[in-house]
Amino acid sequence: MSIIEKALTTKKATREAFGDEIVKLGKENKDIYVIDVDIAKSCKTSTFIKELPNQHINVGIAEQNAAGLAAGLATTGKIPFVSTYAVFGSLRMAEQIRQEVCYPNLNVKIACSHGGLTPANDGGSHQAIEDMGVLRSFPNMTVIMGADYQSTRKLVEQAAKINGPVYLRFTRDKVPMLYDETEEFTIGKAKQLKDGKDIAIIANGDTVHLALEATKELEKQGVSVKLLDMHTIKPIDRDAVVECLELGRIITVEDHNILNGLGSAVSEVVAEEGKGKVKRIGVQDQFGQSAPYEKLLELNGITVENIVRTANEML
Amino acid sequence: MEVTEMKNISIEELKEKAIEMRQTAVTMIHKAQSGHPGGSLSAADIMTALYFKEMNIDPKNPNYEDRDRFVLSKGHVCPIQYSALALLGYVPYETIYTLREYGSPFQGHPDMKKCPGIDISTGSLGQGLSCGVGMAIAGKRDKKDYRVFSLVGDGECQEGQIWEAAQTAVKYQLDNLVVFVDNNRLQIDGFCDEIMPLQDVEKKFEAFGFETKRIDGHSMEDIVETLDEIRELKNGKPKCIVLDTVKGKGVSYMEDIAEWHGVAPNDEEYQQAMEELAGGLK
Repeated sequence: MSIIEKALTTKKATREAFGDEIVKLGKENKDIYVIDVDIAKSCKTSTFIKELPNQHINVGIAEQNAAGLAAGLATTGKIPFVSTYAVFGSLRMAEQIRQEVCYPNLNVKIACSHGGLTPANDGGSHQAIEDMGVLRSFPNMTVIMGADYQSTRKLVEQAAKINGPVYLRFTRDKVPMLYDETEEFTIGKAKQLKDGKDIAIIANGDTVHLALEATKELEKQGVSVKLLDMHTIKPIDRDAVVECLELGRIITVEDHNILNGLGSAVSEVVAEEGKGKVKRIGVQDQFGQSAPYEKLLELNGITVENIVRTANEML
Repeated sequence: MEVTEMKNISIEELKEKAIEMRQTAVTMIHKAQSGHPGGSLSAADIMTALYFKEMNIDPKNPNYEDRDRFVLSKGHVCPIQYSALALLGYVPYETIYTLREYGSPFQGHPDMKKCPGIDISTGSLGQGLSCGVGMAIAGKRDKKDYRVFSLVGDGECQEGQIWEAAQTAVKYQLDNLVVFVDNNRLQIDGFCDEIMPLQDVEKKFEAFGFETKRIDGHSMEDIVETLDEIRELKNGKPKCIVLDTVKGKGVSYMEDIAEWHGVAPNDEEYQQAMEELAGGLK
């Protein structure tokens, strides 16, 4: 059964994928470390703490120190995963990541739950809408957000194998499970969910399932859609974007500010190629507020309906 | 091995080395016409004792796993660290004439990817000590005997992250970590006490749970005696040695003058500095 025909009935937060995968990785490799900053429970590292205490460090509410400490560990051959919320993991420790992780190109992973608008009821202070853009601008950094549980597990596993800094972003809330265990993912390579001839939709993270629903709707209307899961926004899969340009029209969808995230990364390629048109769907350069997650998406037009409408406008 | 020979160096020989260290640092800053002489000179004596006597390091094998680590948290005083690396042969001595030049291993601030013997890149104040804590935790977990030494500035202790690192060092009982505070009482804008008083830095570290001591940071006798005392002190506590120092120490016109934080001497000033330094500390 193709992913287009599959009914999306099961849901799981992608932070669970990190929590599960990191235990597996830690058991396989004693150099894998987790550094928590007090929020282990909500970052899903509790099992790691219980089963691998000698590979765990909790520095308390001190994110900047966590990043530097991880860099120090990495110089001795450890593979530390700093686990926190995306807003802190990208901004509170941004300069420490820049100076002590990216500048010396050390093998540190920043693994963040609560990406995008998913910490919805926590309000605007906790919703990370700039994180991927900030970290995308640091040399040496790889920036990833998996679309669902299975793909996130695979991407965490691969991130551990890359020798260098990686930023991984997870959802706090449950998102539909799209992929089977057997699906393979490669960091830096877009996952094509469907080929098409009329328009390309490129989404990432928790918006991939929305793009998938929109694709189903558009297909019903007779529009042929090419759909990509761009789980890695840096390095962006340039070849995949260039292939989309053969269709001339691209819609990007992301749970991130429309500035500096997936839409920007795709637009950079498109502008340099000098052909084709891009419409960006994402957070409309505005802070969030406490509200149900779906309501926040709606306030920013990150909806199936808006994707369909935008596609029809472009055709 | 060279390392063993260094261990037997006498205090008099260390004082001679400190003269070479100071002259080398001032020479590279003069050649570059850029760099930080004040803090390099206040840190010269502890750096000499660490690099020529105390640390278990091998210039021929800079990255060997069991080496002691050094973290220059106040990264801007790297000329004094580069002097040690050049004098010990980590790089050819002539490298000192390339400070801050394109392609040089001697970058404006320490770069572990470009210079052998640099254990971590630093330069943004307040961050290095956290890296040292990470190295020390790894040493403990891996049951290694190496120690981690870190030099922080007194002005640098205005950064909150220093204290985040300090509390972590205590929690993880890092008695393999030694923090030296270069207490030269000056920062770029003037006296620390006027910019942002640090109060009693020794008491602060003590209150955090460190084993502390305060000594004359320009007395080689006191430095060596203190390093001897703490070498085998495995009491579950990280160590903090507050070094009372003078910014610009050894060059009369630089001493205690904030303006010499980050200014290079001209030719005339350079000649005077070299002559004064040749006589050793008074």
